[in-house]
Amino acid sequence: MSTIAEPAEIAADGEPQREWRPPSYWPFVIPALIVVLGVIIFPWLFTIWMSLHEWKVGSPTVFVGLSNYLRLPSDPRFVESVGHTLVYTALSVLLPLLLGTLAAVVFHARFPLRGFLRGLFILPMMATPVAIALVWTMMFHPQLGILNYLLSLVGLPAQLWVFHPATVIPSLVLVETWQWTPLVMLIVLGGLAAIPAEPYESAEIDGANMWQVFRYITLPLITPFLFIAAMIRMIDAVKSFDIIFAITQGGPGSASETINLYLYSVAFIYYDIGYASAIAVVFFALIVALAAVLLYLRARMQWNEIGSGA
Amino acid sequence: MSARQILGKIGLGFAVLVIVSPAVLFFLWMASLSIKFEVDNAAYPPVFIPEHFAWKNYADVLASNRFLTYFVNSLLVTGTATLLAMLVGVPAGYGIARMAAHKSAIVILIARITPGLSYLIPLFLVFQWLGLLGSLWPQIVIHLVVTVPIVIWIMIGYFETTPLELEEAALIDGATSWQVFRHVALPIARPGMAVAFILAVIFSWNNFVFGIVLAGRETRTLPVAVYNMISFDQLSWGPLAAAALMVTLPVLLLTVFAQRQIVAGLTAGAVKGG
Repeated sequence: MSTIAEPAEIAADGEPQREWRPPSYWPFVIPALIVVLGVIIFPWLFTIWMSLHEWKVGSPTVFVGLSNYLRLPSDPRFVESVGHTLVYTALSVLLPLLLGTLAAVVFHARFPLRGFLRGLFILPMMATPVAIALVWTMMFHPQLGILNYLLSLVGLPAQLWVFHPATVIPSLVLVETWQWTPLVMLIVLGGLAAIPAEPYESAEIDGANMWQVFRYITLPLITPFLFIAAMIRMIDAVKSFDIIFAITQGGPGSASETINLYLYSVAFIYYDIGYASAIAVVFFALIVALAAVLLYLRARMQWNEIGSGA
Repeated sequence: MSARQILGKIGLGFAVLVIVSPAVLFFLWMASLSIKFEVDNAAYPPVFIPEHFAWKNYADVLASNRFLTYFVNSLLVTGTATLLAMLVGVPAGYGIARMAAHKSAIVILIARITPGLSYLIPLFLVFQWLGLLGSLWPQIVIHLVVTVPIVIWIMIGYFETTPLELEEAALIDGATSWQVFRHVALPIARPGMAVAFILAVIFSWNNFVFGIVLAGRETRTLPVAVYNMISFDQLSWGPLAAAALMVTLPVLLLTVFAQRQIVAGLTAGAVKGG
């Protein structure tokens, strides 16, 4: 209340009311700015600079222009790793998106212990990746693993899981899906909470069935959230490292070597710093490109909606 | 209640059960592996609850492998990196929110997109030049890459929702902007700070990639120590699972008890570092 009274008092004193200007907020930002410059922006710039040099530990640095980048297309291991990354990422976006949406529809209902159960459901994505990777490795074990036992219970043949080149990526995607479906669920759940009740009420009056309600009311309204989830999932899946490194280290052979794992080998096993930096730059560009594709799809879908609405 | 409603309730209960069980069963199986002797872990068909509990798996891990040293390392790295991030990140979030400098958030977004290894290569060289590689400092500094963006991002979002009226009133009354921040804005922002703190702690604690490069034998954090157990020291499953469970247990407990904050933070920004 005093805030209203005080300016009136000043006015009564006849003192000219000075124009009030907000204070500068820069001092609050500067410490963080220094940290961000040091540990985030400096590494970006330094990486670009290193990528233009022949830089191996123990030998002098030579400027080589773009030749590190020109090496990439003729490096079969790099090309192969791009393929692995794209397959791994596509599966690791689609499966969690599908299952996470289903889970969100269920969790949108009211039931007892909902918060606690939601807490249990998100455990996989919060747990330490290396720790869960270790247990998954045991579960994938062809002889002693629980997964082959579970398969045998339903009459399916035993698999080699991460120990065979043909099944290693799907097996890793299984772990990734188990781990990250909860994040999609949370994002879509946020979308569901924002939907008004009216469309559902009129659908009920019109006698729509559950599938029709989902397909024609829920799905269009949560599409923006699905895109956000897809975007975040894509960024994380492309960069996935801990799970793959701890379970297979890119193997067997190089069957599960993604760009990130190859980058690790080039940088910290072969110590070819210049080339590794070029891979890092191209890798970053690839992530931005994939994000742009998703944004483009989103924009196109919006136009289609407007087009079909007219 | 009609038959249809009862059927719907049963269906819902069943659906919830199906959805939650992969997570729950996995961690129960992890616990089961950790309390079994080798005989039971190699049994076919698998044994879920053994006749004899192998508590010695836990005792072995605690006794050997310098587990306690690595635990202290993890505490120091995560603790320092999170506190530093709060120290610089909370005021920064406040400043950015009040200046409405939304473009500066792009830096945070790009940081979110960048693969962790792109920070690791240049910073590794810098630490090498500075001769810091034997200490914990390289890991503390590089964990800022994880914690600072999380804290700034969540605090921007939080301060944008806190009311301006009180702050403006205090400023008109002659308070400095620091006093306003300290005595008006900060007390209201405690829930947001809790969210930022919890998420920064979890993602820093879980970080693995920075440690495998920067940690030496004395400076390993727990995730790196557990990974090294797989490759070198241990081949039996019981102690391995026990170690894995001990590494991730603090995070699991935090998730269950602070699930409300975690869900709020993740849906607000879905920020993960590294």
